[in-house]
Amino acid sequence: MNYWSFERFFEAWPYILKGLHITVGVTISAFLFALFFGLVWTFLRRIPERHINWIVTWVMEFIRSTPPLVQLFFIYYAWPEIPIVGVTLSPFASAVVGFGIHFSTYIGEIYRSGIESVENGQWEAATALNFSLLDKWRLIILPQAFPPTIPMLGNYFIIMFKEVPLASTIGLTGILHMANSFGSEHFNLIEALTIVGIIFLVLSYPSARLIKKLEVKLNTRFDKNRVIEPIE
Amino acid sequence: MTKPIVEYKDVHKSFGDVEVLKGIDLDIFPAEKIAVIGPSGSGKTTIIRMLMTLEEPTDGDIIVDGKNLWKMDKHGKMVEADEKHLREIRGDIGMVFQHFNLFPHMTILENCMTAPIHVKGEKKKEVKKRSIDMLERVGLGDKINNYPSQLSGGQKQRVAMARALVMRPKIMLFDEVTSALDPELVGEVLEVIRDIAKNDDMAMVLVTHEMDFALDVADKVLFLDDGVIAEQGSASDVIEHSENPRVQEFLSRFRS
Repeated sequence: MNYWSFERFFEAWPYILKGLHITVGVTISAFLFALFFGLVWTFLRRIPERHINWIVTWVMEFIRSTPPLVQLFFIYYAWPEIPIVGVTLSPFASAVVGFGIHFSTYIGEIYRSGIESVENGQWEAATALNFSLLDKWRLIILPQAFPPTIPMLGNYFIIMFKEVPLASTIGLTGILHMANSFGSEHFNLIEALTIVGIIFLVLSYPSARLIKKLEVKLNTRFDKNRVIEPIE
Repeated sequence: MTKPIVEYKDVHKSFGDVEVLKGIDLDIFPAEKIAVIGPSGSGKTTIIRMLMTLEEPTDGDIIVDGKNLWKMDKHGKMVEADEKHLREIRGDIGMVFQHFNLFPHMTILENCMTAPIHVKGEKKKEVKKRSIDMLERVGLGDKINNYPSQLSGGQKQRVAMARALVMRPKIMLFDEVTSALDPELVGEVLEVIRDIAKNDDMAMVLVTHEMDFALDVADKVLFLDDGVIAEQGSASDVIEHSENPRVQEFLSRFRS
């Protein structure tokens, strides 16, 4: 076992953990960004105008069909080169915007399936009681559409968390980046990358269990068999 | 002579190429109880859904309390009504649905209270008292904090009636409200409607398959067949003494 040194292994931990708040910070910020933008997509798609609908659908499709890594490169390297609208963003901001926009298209789809899972009778009852359009959404539709989407949103949160290391390629100093620099200083990457793996496992697995629990709980609270099926 | 609260004037309705209603003329007077009977597919439900603004007529006018429901005056021209216009008139009308359509995320009491508070801007305290009174009247005073999923079909439908009644509509529409119920639960729902019909002075239109019930509560019965009102009159005229062979054929299916 010349390749593996426990000494190095324990030495690497504090060094790598210094990047944890960046990795987690990007994940949470990008997810909040995606939650908000997902809502924007959802309402844009509901505009009853054929051309707008077509454009929105294809823009979403385009964002979803291009790799997040390419989008990160574009935002970080190419965007500043564009005249007038070009802005130079820090690696952190680029990652938040990049992952946020990429995942907002998936989240928009989740919202849509949540809204469509609300029976038409609910809209009719709300009309019969003479609710305004805003109150229909606020009081009747969204409170029913949102809870069944929570497990799916949780899954995407974990998926996004696992994508964030991609941003080390644009210099984001998250745990992967820290592990890499520790490894190159010590001419050995095994311990450092193992630690990155352990950190992801320790954070992802309990989150996945928590989401599973939440899913069961929500299904019993809402009598209906309204489980949102995964898209794709 | 009193003026009708609702007038249908040559109302047509098509879904795609299929014309479901082929010219309906009908007056509904305040406090009048009307039962609409007829074979399925004859357009019974569509008649009341147009009054509830859930379907727009293809042609003709529906006048509610002197105002045209689906058309409005804009710079001297009659144009298609917008949501604001519909909301002004819709407040006079209430509806109970075949599949209840209670709000599953609210308790029974909240189901009743939400519209008066948010739509009419009434005080919460007053609405709560009125809702509880209404739920007691339909026999569910002990269930106010339950969720709809915890109730039987008959109980759900009684909540749906209370929810519509706390809005104090001038016209109440009942869309086959017992069709989705188990047979043993039909009685309790009809009992509540009978109580409302006898004691409240709003107009009621009931689309129903319960002939004995129609005979009991309705002032007027309409027999709808193939998109037209084929026969109308007092309940006993239509249900017991009609000469119309279509009516007799239809009714024979209900007699064993």
